[in-house]
Amino acid sequence: MSTPAPLLVAQGVTKTLPEGVTLVSDINLTIDGGEFVAITGPSGSGKSSLLYLLGLLDRPTSGRVLLEGRDTAALPAPDLAAMRLARLGFVFQFHFLLPEFSTLDNVLIPIRRRAALARPAAEARARMLLDALGLAPAAEKMPDQLSGGMRQRVAVARALANDPVLLLADEPTGNLDTKNAAAVFDIFARLAKEDGRAVLVVTHDAELARRATRRVHLVDGRITSDEKN
Amino acid sequence: MRLIIDLARGMLSRRRRQTLVSVLGVALGVAFFIAITSIMRGFQTYFIQQVIDVQPHIVIKDETRSPAPQAAHMAAPDGAVAINGVKPVDRLRGIRASGERLAVLEAIPGAAAAPILTGAALLRYGSRDVTITVTGVDPTRYARVSNIEKDMLSGRLEDLRATANGLIIGDSLALRLGVQLGDTVVAVSPRGVSLQMKIVGLFHTGLATLDQSAGYVLLKVNQVLQDRPNVVNQILLRLGDVTQAEPLAREIEARFGERTESWEEQNRNILTVFVIQNAIMYSVTGAILLVAAFGIYNIISTVVFEKTRDIAILKSLGFTEGDVQLLFLAQGLIAGFLGAALGCLIGQLMIEGLAQVRFHTETPAGNDRFLLARDWRIYAIASGFAMASAALAAVIPARRAARLDPVQIIRGAA
Ligand SMILES: Nc1ncnc2c1ncn2[C@@H]1O[C@H](COP(=O)(O)OP(=O)(O)OP(=O)(O)O)[C@@H](O)[C@H]1O
Ligand SMILES: [Mg+2]
Repeated sequence: MSTPAPLLVAQGVTKTLPEGVTLVSDINLTIDGGEFVAITGPSGSGKSSLLYLLGLLDRPTSGRVLLEGRDTAALPAPDLAAMRLARLGFVFQFHFLLPEFSTLDNVLIPIRRRAALARPAAEARARMLLDALGLAPAAEKMPDQLSGGMRQRVAVARALANDPVLLLADEPTGNLDTKNAAAVFDIFARLAKEDGRAVLVVTHDAELARRATRRVHLVDGRITSDEKN
Repeated sequence: MRLIIDLARGMLSRRRRQTLVSVLGVALGVAFFIAITSIMRGFQTYFIQQVIDVQPHIVIKDETRSPAPQAAHMAAPDGAVAINGVKPVDRLRGIRASGERLAVLEAIPGAAAAPILTGAALLRYGSRDVTITVTGVDPTRYARVSNIEKDMLSGRLEDLRATANGLIIGDSLALRLGVQLGDTVVAVSPRGVSLQMKIVGLFHTGLATLDQSAGYVLLKVNQVLQDRPNVVNQILLRLGDVTQAEPLAREIEARFGERTESWEEQNRNILTVFVIQNAIMYSVTGAILLVAAFGIYNIISTVVFEKTRDIAILKSLGFTEGDVQLLFLAQGLIAGFLGAALGCLIGQLMIEGLAQVRFHTETPAGNDRFLLARDWRIYAIASGFAMASAALAAVIPARRAARLDPVQIIRGAA
């Protein structure tokens, strides 16, 4: 009773498409705060599918996902959206910044949507995040004026906007050169270690995966190995 | 909410030219609506004002709405046998007990009543004959229910009393007969009565039918001329409140039995024309707004199609389906609002332009320009229509956007 519920629990999570294709099957995972988990596996093994399921973007056909002890299987869509807004953060291979808005405004979008902070406080928080990611000079720039590495860091800042307990990233370094990729991974490692967040990263890159504290390997939608440092 | 509007503006800004086109479409619809409504309403209001000004508000006639029942029917109303070919009883036409009725009518607050007897007569002067309608009036009472006093060129209605067999005619008629004030003409009625009459007044109303073929005499004189002693065939009423004319007419008819018509009933044909006019006007501007709505539908659909990635990321960030729907609805409303605002401006300019137009024809009332209704409610209605059709046009693409599955889109983009 006194031990807090684990951050994220997957119990027998299976996703089968209506056509009969099984993306992932019988996934059992428990992730705690402070963990930096790398999900690896061959192309088509279901890594992205698993990430969408754990990130409450998609619903499993069977099994369930518990976030901070709360069973999400029966929750209506707006409740899932609210959990994504306040507790989760996503980074994808493509940065997905809104092209009409400045760096600062992009980071402000989730903060303003959550509406927990007044405008000046929200802006201060967004600038603090940009500063922490070395983006302070780019705050007023538009996304198309930034380099690929900078854009991806802006996307990370946006994912962190509402101070999520779990950061999910799907091949966030897929479009970056080695140096920028390493920088992004350093940021993830720091986020897990210093802030006590859980970070879940899908990656192809075995080199980068080694920096994580835990590696989960998928083959054909099933976990074949799960090793911690 | 501010966030939704900011996002909506940002998304529309990418499609500036297309947005401008659909905004212009709405603006044109709104502007035409305002200009046309202003012209139509202006004219219609003027027309009704004229009618109310010139005509009596209620006319009681010496007839009933359905023919009087005949003796055979009254004797056996539910008889199994209908008898046809019975010679109907001739009824002396005229409003009976007109004195009593007049007393009742004049007791209505704000009302003035005047009994008249109208009938045809032939006016003869020298070698010329003209058939006219002679109206026998009580000058004091008649002055209260009509505008004829205002239209007198010479003489007054009261002069009828001062002269035995005085007659007042229109200026065009005087011209046709070749008579002048003070001349004596001969009036012959269909009943064969012939009277010498002296022209004591001339009027000009601007209405050709009146100016060319109407004459006024004392009620008593016309009763002699028409050989209908003590008979009145119409009672005219003017009211303080013209909107009460129709209900009051129904009340009078129910009480007295005589056919009683309000000004609305007497002008029903033209009022019906107005209704049709309005229907045409609303359909035309409705069609313009419909086209404008298609423009808005088009732009919102384009934006939804182009912005699927942005929609996906917003959803992954925690925006609900409702938020996304609102986002695109807001874009439709922004386009609608801009269109309405611009349309009101253009409409205003069009009205100012129309107000400068002068026609070079002299109408009876002396109007040489458009009669324009300037009413803020026209602008409000036009803007309301525009916003509503814009919102309606945006609903379909907005719902499509709301239902997009972010997983599919993010997968596709990778
Ligand atoms: N909507 C779909 N219809 C059919 N098959 C699908 C669908 N979505 C995914 N798949 C298939 O499911 C499998 C798992 O896909 P997923 O994207 O999760 O793999 P992944 O491990 O992320 O691959 P990659 O490393 O290439 O990104 C793949 O074989 C993919 O082709
Ligand atoms: Mg993938």
